[in-house]
Amino acid sequence: MKNNTKDINIKNDINIQKIEKITNNVKKIQKKSKKLIKNKNFLIKPQKNTQNKTTENLNKQHISTAREEYLRKQKKRKIFVISIRVLILVVFFALWQILADTGAINVFVFSSPLKIIVTIGDLFASGNLLYHIFITFYEAFLGFLIATVLGYLIAIILWWNDRLREILEPYIIILNSLPKVALGPIIIIWFGAGTKAIIVMAILIMIIITVISILNSFVTCDKNKILLMQSMGASKWQILTKLVMPNGRREFMSVLKINVGMTWVGTIMGEYLVSKAGLGYLIVYGSQVFKLDLVMTSILILCLLAGVMYGFVCLIEKWVNNR
Amino acid sequence: MTKENLDIKKTKEDILMQINDVGLIYQSKNGETEAVKNFKLKVKNGEFVSIVGPSGCGKTTMLSIMSGILPVTSGEVLLDGKNIKDTKKYIGYMFQRDELFEWRTVWQNIMLGLEIKKQVSQKQKDYANSLIEKYGLKDFVNKKPKELSGGMRQRVALIRTLVLEPQILLLDEPFSALDFQTRLSVCDDVASIIKNEHKTAILVTHDISEAISMADRVVVLTKRPATVKTEFDINLGNVTPLQKRENPEFSNLFNLIWKELDK
Repeated sequence: MKNNTKDINIKNDINIQKIEKITNNVKKIQKKSKKLIKNKNFLIKPQKNTQNKTTENLNKQHISTAREEYLRKQKKRKIFVISIRVLILVVFFALWQILADTGAINVFVFSSPLKIIVTIGDLFASGNLLYHIFITFYEAFLGFLIATVLGYLIAIILWWNDRLREILEPYIIILNSLPKVALGPIIIIWFGAGTKAIIVMAILIMIIITVISILNSFVTCDKNKILLMQSMGASKWQILTKLVMPNGRREFMSVLKINVGMTWVGTIMGEYLVSKAGLGYLIVYGSQVFKLDLVMTSILILCLLAGVMYGFVCLIEKWVNNR
Repeated sequence: MTKENLDIKKTKEDILMQINDVGLIYQSKNGETEAVKNFKLKVKNGEFVSIVGPSGCGKTTMLSIMSGILPVTSGEVLLDGKNIKDTKKYIGYMFQRDELFEWRTVWQNIMLGLEIKKQVSQKQKDYANSLIEKYGLKDFVNKKPKELSGGMRQRVALIRTLVLEPQILLLDEPFSALDFQTRLSVCDDVASIIKNEHKTAILVTHDISEAISMADRVVVLTKRPATVKTEFDINLGNVTPLQKRENPEFSNLFNLIWKELDK
């Protein structure tokens, strides 16, 4: 009995030491980040408008302790969120590796992080990796670009001509509810078993929803604002470019965000149906020959690619919103 | 006798907008609606006219007709003796909300009309700048509308209208979106700006005190189909709307118009 409690005490001690270490580390990180943030502010300040200067100085003088407290809490929260995010990733891969090493999961079926790294190395060495990534990225990007631009143009045409819009409405609705994969075989016959068919597949998946969303943002434009433009003698083109298009910029950005996800769906689906290269091809091929390392590797790379592309769109959105 | 004749001649020449027996019939799926009938009104140059009427009587419809956006079924609207449809002159239109474009800065909003007319010249810019400075918006030209107060936004909207040097200003309850406190001061602002710039204005409102305090003449409309019922000349001196409200004559006028509306 006594021994047991001792053991527990010792264990607790160790735990406490660990916790102390961790908190120390966290404190260090906080200090560093504070310094960084201070430096950042220092850099940003001189660039700001001179007009704001007086008010800013006022704010600076009157910064209250409550405000400081609030800012500190916000910072703490941000650091906490980011560290937990990283932690989840680390734990996920560590757990996966440990389970694979201990034999709790079958490596042949589930693969493992180390094996994935090896696979990436092999693919990279043979020069195939970049090739497959490039093919898939090329298809996804081209599909994204064409679908967005074409969809936007069609939306403009339908906004311009409301009789045409009325005529085409039921067709658009039916096309929207049609599962585009059903068209797969036809696309292959029409466009050949290659990159072209995959890009068409991706475009088909995106274009209808793009047209509908953009058109919706156009037609919901405030009637009084249009009346205002008309009272100033604006032409239809001026109403479009100076009011309707910038007015729908938020919807346009959300369409971009949706499309940047959908384009990967379309591309990978296309590659499943017909392809000789690309990450979708690697996934299909890998599963057929039971090389799960290859499948997992491809999926992981896909995750990264899609994430990067999404991040890029978010940057554009920030830029648009700040204008 | 001759002097009287001269006076009559003068007033005749001075008429800027003339509405002759205008009628409007709406067509819709459910049938015809007669919105306006035998509408007659003359507005002198530099005059401020308020139009009041029971709700839903077609006040806003009348403004759309006067601006030439809505074509009439019968009668005609003349501006400076020419039919409103043929005149190339600008008619300033202010709405219930300021309708500023959120993605444009104050300056870009003010320049909107000139951009549309492709008239952005140095002279126009100077004029815009003088208005901006005169009406206290100098420090805000590079701000976005959402950073301004309701009163300021309405001032920006007014300047956006004024830079196009309109022959006549049509105001469609331009203060109805503001809270009462702001409303009184913006009302003062707008009235003094319009007086300063010697503009002719027609204000449509359901607020009787607003109509009396801003106008030289109040026109009372009937229920639908809208036509002119009575006109009241307002002579409360050359003071601001807020000061006019303090005039003892004010409440008399208010009661008169109130009864007229209620009949």
